[in-house]
Amino acid sequence: MKPTTSDTKPGAASKPLSARFKGLGPVIALVLLCIAGALLNPDFATLDNMMNVLTRTAFIGIIAVGMTFVIVSGGIDLSVGSMAALIAGSMIVAMNALATGAHPPGPVTIVLAGVALALVFGAIFGALHGFLITHGKIEPFIVTLGTLGIFRAVLTWLSDGGALTLDMTVSETYSPVYYQSILGVPIPVWVFALVAIAGAAVLNRTAFGQHVQAIGSNEQVARYAAIRVDRAKIVTYLLLGVCVGVATILYVPRLGSATPATGLLWELEAIAAVVVGGTSLKGGAGRVLGTVVGAVLLSVIANILNLTSIISEHLNAAVQGVVIIAVAYLQRGRR
Amino acid sequence: MRSMTKIAVATLFALGAAHVSAADKLTIGVAVPTATHGYTAGIVYWANQAKKELEAANPNVKVIVKTAGTPPEQANQVQDLVVVNKINALVILPFDSASLTNPVNQVKNKGVYVTVVDRGLTNPAAQNAYVAGDNAAFGTLAAEYIGKHLNGKGNIVVLRGLPTTVDNDRVNAFNAEIKKYPGIKVLDAKYGNWNRDDAFKVMQDYLTRFKQIDAVWAADDDMEIGVQKAIEQAKRTDIKEIVGGGGAKFAVKKIMDGDKLVQADVSYSPRFMYDAIKMTADARLKGQALPAKTIVPSVLITKENAKQFYFPDSPY
Repeated sequence: MKPTTSDTKPGAASKPLSARFKGLGPVIALVLLCIAGALLNPDFATLDNMMNVLTRTAFIGIIAVGMTFVIVSGGIDLSVGSMAALIAGSMIVAMNALATGAHPPGPVTIVLAGVALALVFGAIFGALHGFLITHGKIEPFIVTLGTLGIFRAVLTWLSDGGALTLDMTVSETYSPVYYQSILGVPIPVWVFALVAIAGAAVLNRTAFGQHVQAIGSNEQVARYAAIRVDRAKIVTYLLLGVCVGVATILYVPRLGSATPATGLLWELEAIAAVVVGGTSLKGGAGRVLGTVVGAVLLSVIANILNLTSIISEHLNAAVQGVVIIAVAYLQRGRR
Repeated sequence: MRSMTKIAVATLFALGAAHVSAADKLTIGVAVPTATHGYTAGIVYWANQAKKELEAANPNVKVIVKTAGTPPEQANQVQDLVVVNKINALVILPFDSASLTNPVNQVKNKGVYVTVVDRGLTNPAAQNAYVAGDNAAFGTLAAEYIGKHLNGKGNIVVLRGLPTTVDNDRVNAFNAEIKKYPGIKVLDAKYGNWNRDDAFKVMQDYLTRFKQIDAVWAADDDMEIGVQKAIEQAKRTDIKEIVGGGGAKFAVKKIMDGDKLVQADVSYSPRFMYDAIKMTADARLKGQALPAKTIVPSVLITKENAKQFYFPDSPY
C-alpha cells in the first residue's frame, strides 16, 4: 500500500507511470478493437450497436464486478452461471405461482416480489459459499464446483429439462426493465454503471476494500493485523451472490424464460473479464474498472465477428482466444 | 457370443428369480443423454412414456432408462446394463458417435439386440437397427417453404446450431434447396448454438448489419425465441417470417394461435425415441428383427396440421 501514498510526489512519478501504462493495456486493446470494428463495418460505430453491446455485457459485467472482490481476496467462484440460472428459474416459478394463485396481486407487486427473491437468493447462496469456505475449510474451487453442479441440476429438475416461461401479463410488466431506456441509455447499462462505480468505491476507498486486498496478498499477515479474515471473505462471496441476483433481475425480462442453457459458461466469461482487466488470479490487487473494460472487450470481439464474415464462423473462438492472450501480454509483469 | 447369452439365461434360472420362462422375459436397456435442454428433455420424456406403456401392457417386459451426462458415463451405463441388469435388447441414443461405437459393439457381441437412435455409430456393424430423424429433409423443407413464401425473391439470414454432423447435414440440405431460388440471397449463417440467448445476440447483430431481411431460418425452436425477441426490440418490420425447427410445443402453439412471424416449423420430434423402443420391443417379443434402417420423416408443420404435433404434456 506504501507506493500509493507517495504517488503525488513528482520525483517518484516514473515508476507508477510505467505501471499505469501497463494498466492501460486493456483500454488500448479496446480502443484498437473498436477502430478495427468501425473500419470493417461502419454499422459497428452506431449508437444502436454500442448500446446493444453494452446491454448484453451488463449481465457478465455486473457478475464480474462481484467476481473481482472474490478473486482479489484470493478466492474463486465457479458457480455464478448456474446460480444465475437457478435464481432465474426460481423467480419465474415464484412469480407464476403468484400470478396464477387464488388472489393474484398486481403485476407490479409480483415483479417486485421476484426482484426481492432474486436478491435474497443471491445473498443466501453467496453467504453459504463463504461459510463453507471459511468455516468448513474447503477450497473455494471445490465448494463452487460442487454448487455449480447442484444449482444447474436443481434448475433442470424444476424445468423438467425444458424451459420455464414467465406468465404473459407479468412478462409484459417486467420486460421494460431490460428493453426500456432512460436518457437514451438502456436500463441494464445504467445498472451496470452504478454497480461498477459502487464496486470501485468499495474496493479502493473503504476499510473493507483494503482488507480484501490485504487478505489476497497475504492471508496470514492479514490475520496478524487483526483483520477479521473469515468475515471479510464471507462478505466477498455474499456481494458476488447479490451481483448475480442483480444480473438475473436484468436477464429474466429479456426472454421471459429460463432454460438449462441459461448462464452456461458465464463463470468463465466473468473470470476472463476480471483477469483481462488486470486483476491477478493469485489475488492481492485488482481494479474494478479494469474488469469493466475486460467485460466490454470480450463482447466487442464477439460483436465484430458477428458483424463481419471475413473468417470462417468455426474460428470465432480462436479469434477470441488470440485477443485474450494478446491483452494479457500487454500487461505482463504486473504481478 | 451365443454361449454368453446361454450363461446369462442359465444364471437367471439359477437365481430362481423368474417365474415365467426366462426366454419370454424381455429386458430392454435404454441409454440416452441427460436432459440438459428442451430437446433432450423430450427424449427422456418419450423414453419414459414408452416404458410406462410397454410395462403396463406386458408384465414380461421390463424397460430400464438410464441418462448420462458424458460419453464415458454412457459407456459405463451400457456396461452395467449388460452385466447387472442382464438386458436382452439395448436402445441407445449415443452421446457421441465415435466414442460409443466400441462399447456398443461389445454389447452386441454378447448377443444383445442393439437399436441405435438418431446419431449413427461410426461402425454400422455395431448395431442391429438404426432409427433416425431426417436431417436432410429438415433443411430441405425449411428452404422450400421459405423459397415459396417469398415468391423466390428476398434476403434471408440463417442461424446454425452447434458445429456437429447433424447441423452440417441440415444446413447443407438447406443450401442445396435454396439455390433453386436464384432470387433468394442468404446473407450470412452464424452459430447460435441451439440456445435462446446466443440466438438473441446473433440476431441483434444481423439486424445491425443488414437493413433488409425478409425471412430468418432459425433452424431450431429455441433459437427462434431469441430471434423473435431481437426483432421485437429493434422494432423492425421488414422481416415477414421466422422458420424454426424441431416442433417444440411452444412453437407449435404459436402456429396454432396464428403468430405473425412464426407460421411454419419443421418437425424433428424426440418422439422417435418412443417409436424406437416400441418397435424394438414388438419385434423382439415376436423374435423378429427390425429393418436395418428406419427413417422417421420430417414434416412441415403449418396451421393446418399443427394440432397433431402438439403434445402439451411433453417438456418439448
